[in-house]
Amino acid sequence: MRLAEALVFASRNVSELSAAGVALLFALSAGATALARHFLITRSIYTACALACSALAALGMCALIAPPVPPVTVSLPIGLPFAHTLLGVDALSAVFLIIVNLTSAIVSAGAIGYGVHAREPQRVVPFYPAFIGAMNLVVIAQDAFSFLLGWELMSLTSWALVVSDDRSADNRRAGIVYLIMATGGALALLLAFGVLAGAHGGYSFAQMRAATALAPAAIVLILTLIGAGSKAGLVPLHAWLPLAHPAAPSHVSALMSGVMTKVAVYGFVRIVFDLAGPPRLWWSTPVLIAAGITALLGVLQALMEHDLKRLLAYHTVENIGIVFIGLGLALAFRAAAMPIAAALAFIAAIFHVFNHSLFKSLLFLGSGAILNASGERDMEHLGGLIHRMPVTAVAFLVGCIAISALPPFNGFVSEWLTFQAILLSPQLPEWFLRLLVPAVGATLACSAALAAACFVKAFGVTFLGRPRTPAALAARETDRFSQVAMLLFATLCLLAGVVPGFIMDALARTSQLLLGARLAPQATQPWLRIAPIEPTRGVYNGLLVFVMIALAAVATALIARRIAAHASRRVPAWDCGFPDPSPVAQYSATSFAQPIRRVFGTALFRVRERVSMPSPGDTTAAALEVELHDTVWETFYAPVIRAVGTLADRLTRLQFLTIRKYLMLVFATLILLLAVIGLSRS
Amino acid sequence: MRPWLTQLLQLALVLVLAPWLTGLTRTFKSRLMRRVGPPPLQPYRDLVKLLRKETVVADNASWLFRAAPYLIFAVTWVAAALVPTFCTGLTFSAAADLIVIVALLGTARFFLALAGLDVGTSFGGIGASREMMFASLAEPAMLMVVFTVSLFAGSTQLSYVSAYMLSTHAGLSISLALALVALIIVSLAENARIPVDNPATHLELTMVHEAMVLEYSGRHLALIEAAASLKLLLYLSLIACVFTPWGTAEVDAGAWAYGLGLAAYLLKLIAGASLLAVSETATAKMRVFRVPEFLGVALMLGLLGAILLFVSRLS
Repeated sequence: MRLAEALVFASRNVSELSAAGVALLFALSAGATALARHFLITRSIYTACALACSALAALGMCALIAPPVPPVTVSLPIGLPFAHTLLGVDALSAVFLIIVNLTSAIVSAGAIGYGVHAREPQRVVPFYPAFIGAMNLVVIAQDAFSFLLGWELMSLTSWALVVSDDRSADNRRAGIVYLIMATGGALALLLAFGVLAGAHGGYSFAQMRAATALAPAAIVLILTLIGAGSKAGLVPLHAWLPLAHPAAPSHVSALMSGVMTKVAVYGFVRIVFDLAGPPRLWWSTPVLIAAGITALLGVLQALMEHDLKRLLAYHTVENIGIVFIGLGLALAFRAAAMPIAAALAFIAAIFHVFNHSLFKSLLFLGSGAILNASGERDMEHLGGLIHRMPVTAVAFLVGCIAISALPPFNGFVSEWLTFQAILLSPQLPEWFLRLLVPAVGATLACSAALAAACFVKAFGVTFLGRPRTPAALAARETDRFSQVAMLLFATLCLLAGVVPGFIMDALARTSQLLLGARLAPQATQPWLRIAPIEPTRGVYNGLLVFVMIALAAVATALIARRIAAHASRRVPAWDCGFPDPSPVAQYSATSFAQPIRRVFGTALFRVRERVSMPSPGDTTAAALEVELHDTVWETFYAPVIRAVGTLADRLTRLQFLTIRKYLMLVFATLILLLAVIGLSRS
Repeated sequence: MRPWLTQLLQLALVLVLAPWLTGLTRTFKSRLMRRVGPPPLQPYRDLVKLLRKETVVADNASWLFRAAPYLIFAVTWVAAALVPTFCTGLTFSAAADLIVIVALLGTARFFLALAGLDVGTSFGGIGASREMMFASLAEPAMLMVVFTVSLFAGSTQLSYVSAYMLSTHAGLSISLALALVALIIVSLAENARIPVDNPATHLELTMVHEAMVLEYSGRHLALIEAAASLKLLLYLSLIACVFTPWGTAEVDAGAWAYGLGLAAYLLKLIAGASLLAVSETATAKMRVFRVPEFLGVALMLGLLGAILLFVSRLS
């Protein structure tokens, strides 16, 4: 009875309570600024963050299970002089409130142990709660002003966390690139909201929804793709992401990759699905093209990488591509008046958002554990960690399987749903989309297979084999808090994979709100299977697959124990009689990726490999040089940077003029402005 | 018969038939080369021999190396039991569709490649690296075949696909022909057959599958060999189930129908094994970097088949 009352109270006051949670997180930040020097303070700040996030996640669940009728929006008398700050939790906000805070809570719990390893925690701790608070603010904002305020705070606090270790030049560069991209993205979103609000419109979301008929929706879509897409990491706006995410401390990387990109997805969904009004059919085309390229390029870039954290960051780019494939399909189906198919594609996308937040955070925490244990991020210097860090190895392996979209873990379910949505698209009315969608499907299939290759590389080179350096040999298991956090994530990955029906049902209200349709309830299907459209079209039962594999494996092991010989012996490796004494001669990340580099990279990255083999008798070492080009950077960014540089050089001359010339310039400007005004008057 | 009973029968049947199919292919192949060759039952003797032998494990092998054979075998077995062989309407087919079967084989491959890397030897690495490169093209090609077939039949469930192909609605289709060619190419690659890989050789610099499992011995090797046989059986059953579904017993058919289904299935397997033997005898192995082009053909054919179906649906 008590519990039910609490639930009713929480759901009735969900907006106030979540606002209080955000305020609490900001207060924690302020407190940490004052006294972060002691490690006990660091620990208590992280503990408080974990508790606050758990509470906020629980609030999100309340709002999703028992939504307040009618929906409540709190109006706070702060912010702009002519408008109040509006906060509220609808079905979409509630889902993202859960995603943001569930992951943040577990990451914060891991950080209780991890954060202590930081050399100067006072560089990290003050910004950490504010970062989480800002993300929450974006999610519960119900007007453009507080949305953008949260968005900018999120960018700034995460920037501060990226440059928290500013001794390395790489991190400083990452900080600058990130800051510029974040500013550009926010500007695009600001303009998008401006267009949505119109000349006389208000800036609350409710007013924007009412005024959508007037707004030129194409401009809104493009601006949102730029604004939210650059934060999420859509190609070609992803360039900052693989620089900035790995530069931060690992638990912050986990939040940036696992959660902040999801807030960007939220921004896209909120604007394009909710505020911009009914979509046109062509809207899906740019989204699907960008998404397909993002998925493929992200995973290929990751395969070329041997820095573990950068590899993970590139995979975030890939997964964002997969999410946007789902969103693009949902837009197409919605415009074509196929509501059930739209709901399926949308749920696939949001499910993938949830899944990715789990396994990407897990993998980043794992990379952090490795970084702490060995001081290495470069996979070429690691190896054999499965013997020294067994718990981390198990959790990391689960993350690798899940992100490679292999059953029975969660990554597979969302990709399966996306495939099912693609299989519904021959009924789309436009021929170009019918050509595009199977191509996007092939891209998705390719990226899934390449992701598996990439994570065989990541796990195999890092955890398996023999240690390549003394640092890898000396590695020790990470602290208890990080272990528990990683194992929690791993359990959630498995749970979401074997009982996906409950999560799909939880998303039904959201798809009802945005698309006006929901899938048939899944949790009531026999044997906890999922059958999104109808049982004759396609069925998946993660639980049964998991149980069958487990039973078959256990039965095999028992039978083998009964009938097979028990003798077993440990000997040096066989390797066809040529075992290499030196662990450096093992297959490395670069050599593992060589076939794929040759097949895919020659055109995409202009890969060149030069082998210099000394002639017989010569004792100099042989060498292999690999030359890789970041095509996106060189095509889109380098020319802009060069142009800015040249322009700046030219304009420097303005700083060394005589006072006469300055006065002349001022005079000329004045004349020019007067002429403009005069011309515009007439 | 009850669905769960047929499912149990199927689980046992694939396990029993798989080594025989491998042996049959080898026998056919030797006869084509005018050798006497081993009898078709030789793989069973090999498995028994391996099970009786001592298991030799490398010094620095981890638990993953020792657990992987059981996992690989279990996952492949489950996947093979999901493909209708002699009858449709299996219990587990309501649990997993074609996409799941492809993904399950992906899981098995993932662990096999990891096991190849575990000991930290060059052969394991080269095998794992090349296997994942092949898979990065073979798996999407396979999914494109799945797309084509399921768009054609309106379902990703193999039981429904098989029933649809048997019904009068299914006619000849260019898409299906393209899908069949793509599926055959993928099957050759996935089962490490000529022209992609040579199953009969160790110690060749171009070997892939054998290089990954080089460090295995004893019961571990037995399980991995059994899993490889199961995989060959799975692909042949899949081709048979989708493209030649004749004779397969319906749900709740009588004992005669089941007997007929079983006989038809055995005939299909013999036909498949002989065709495979002929193709292996007639072709030569490719260089490693020709394989991506070969598999790229499969991917393009699969994509073409799917696009034709996407575009030709006018409703």
